[in-house]
Amino acid sequence: MQGNIACAEGAIAAGCRFFGGYPITPSTEIAEHMALKLPKVDGVFIQMEDELASMASIIGASWTGMRSMTATSGPGFSLMMENIGFAVMTETPCVVVNIQRGGPSTGQPTMGAQGDMMQCRFGSHGDYSVIALSPASVQEMYELTAKAFNLADEFRVPVFLMSDEIVGHMRERIDIPDQVPIVQRKSLQKGTLPFHPDADLVPGFPRFGEGYGVHVTGLTHDERGYPCATSPGLHEDLVMRLVNKIESARDRIADYSITNPEAETVFVTYGPPARSVEQVVRDLGRDDIGHLRLRVVWPFPESALNLFASAKQFLVPEMNMGQVAREIERHVDQPVIPIPKLGGNLHSPDELKARLEVLR
Amino acid sequence: MTDEPCNLFDVGHRACGGCGAALAARLILEAAGSNTIVVSSTGCMEVFSTPYPETSWRVPWIHSLFENNSAVASGIVASLKKQGRTEKVIALGGDGATVDIGMLCISGAFERGTDFTYICYDNEAYMNTGIQRSGATPYDASTTTSPAGKCSFGNSRPKKDLPAILAAHGAPYVATASVAYPADFKKKVEKAVNTPGPCYIQVHAPCCTGWGFEGEKTIAIGKLAIETGLWVNYEMENGEVTRVKKVRRKPVEAYLTEQKRFRHLFRPTKNDVEIAKIQQIADRNAERYGTDIVLKK
Repeated sequence: MQGNIACAEGAIAAGCRFFGGYPITPSTEIAEHMALKLPKVDGVFIQMEDELASMASIIGASWTGMRSMTATSGPGFSLMMENIGFAVMTETPCVVVNIQRGGPSTGQPTMGAQGDMMQCRFGSHGDYSVIALSPASVQEMYELTAKAFNLADEFRVPVFLMSDEIVGHMRERIDIPDQVPIVQRKSLQKGTLPFHPDADLVPGFPRFGEGYGVHVTGLTHDERGYPCATSPGLHEDLVMRLVNKIESARDRIADYSITNPEAETVFVTYGPPARSVEQVVRDLGRDDIGHLRLRVVWPFPESALNLFASAKQFLVPEMNMGQVAREIERHVDQPVIPIPKLGGNLHSPDELKARLEVLR
Repeated sequence: MTDEPCNLFDVGHRACGGCGAALAARLILEAAGSNTIVVSSTGCMEVFSTPYPETSWRVPWIHSLFENNSAVASGIVASLKKQGRTEKVIALGGDGATVDIGMLCISGAFERGTDFTYICYDNEAYMNTGIQRSGATPYDASTTTSPAGKCSFGNSRPKKDLPAILAAHGAPYVATASVAYPADFKKKVEKAVNTPGPCYIQVHAPCCTGWGFEGEKTIAIGKLAIETGLWVNYEMENGEVTRVKKVRRKPVEAYLTEQKRFRHLFRPTKNDVEIAKIQQIADRNAERYGTDIVLKK
């Protein structure tokens, strides 16, 4: 199965019944598959007129209670930024798939990249936190897409599947489970204000039509949902809560695997470079080479770095100029060595082995 | 080498054999001449005509992004005017770039009275990304995002009438054309680039790959669209239709049966109900524009 098809199938299995999208290489197969499959499960596929509209449509659908998703690539992702900020501010659960390609601008439409990782983290204006998943295989395209819906509903936040052309167009055999775990969106308790958070800082979801006078606004709002854009305290409390509901749950959201925790040299990867590093570790069979493989990149699982107690250096192969490497630098005292790669090709295992030789 | 001047839109590009859009580009520059700047949206045209060494453009050419060729053109037009320069500016986009994602920028440029010509090569779907429906895809055409099957007969909506929308912006000259009638198309381009203010031409550009026919039939298919009344060639000046291509109409089936995108209307059995709806679209077109040749008794 192709990665993009696995993504669409994972979404449908997770109960996604609304897809609003716009064609863009290399993500188009997701929209095409949704157009084919959603009508058969009583879902809605809408082709929107552009990516501003795609992102806006999944926000609208989400407020009616539907699990909703869109899929795009760099240029479309840039257009979605305004509405992504709106989804964050209004705490609208939704899933955005970015099959990354080489940028900036239209760049390399048919080549893989990981250049949008920081745009995903910080691309819309203002302070906020989101959740970003990064699959390295077709199997993970399926699983992480399904998981994205649960996280979106649990934290009432847009969740990003930050894949790329390589995994999106890769074909691998996968195991499809009979059913995927589904965590339902928690509903609002009777007598509670619509934006009053529970202890986990997340308010219950007052779906349109459930009897609440729901008022949804991108302006700074109080717990009733009414705008109050000039109160410094209210704004600070709201933005801090939007950030903290994600950051305080960092360890719970974290999803990674570790190899050789006693290692001195530790690769940190997400997405396709993980495959090359796995090959390197297998080939060399040395326990002084470790691997931290992230499936969740944002919020960044900093405590995972401490699991490598003997680490002397961290190597970070990324298909960008070192976006996540810089994040790792913030958390460790050891040297962090970015291994950037641009142009669309993946780091080859030989290339990484040669790099290890140089560092020796 | 010959002494003949090069085409301003040169040979050797990467388009499919029989590409209606490539023909449109050649005709546009033959009509507009070398004193022209072209702003081209993302799309098939951009991708097949620009990579070196198959680059076709022998006039200044800029790729806007997908949605904004009219806005880039606005900047070019305004600054040329300030410098007292006389180049013609043509914004070129496919139907997706024009009737869907580019709508906002086009509307803005027309409302500001920008002195440019917008030409939409209408191949009735997003062909560059592999045949997805657009707002210009005809009723019942099967595309990858309007697939015909158990739940659908293909695209469920008729084509958006962008010429009428832009005429309503007060455009002095709006025309439709077809690559199947090249002389007519060139005359219209010449008229548009020489008319002050924002002008619009939508040229029907059959796509053999996306519609499913052999490349040698591009012109025949283009003619059939007009002969069945599913495409109408007309000119509008200051909001009034002033010239219409008249035809002796054939039934729409003559056009539909030639293309794989309508194949589901004939297999496994002929879908008379849906074909009648498409015939109605042609009948309405004929009535609205007065295309039918009426023989005197």
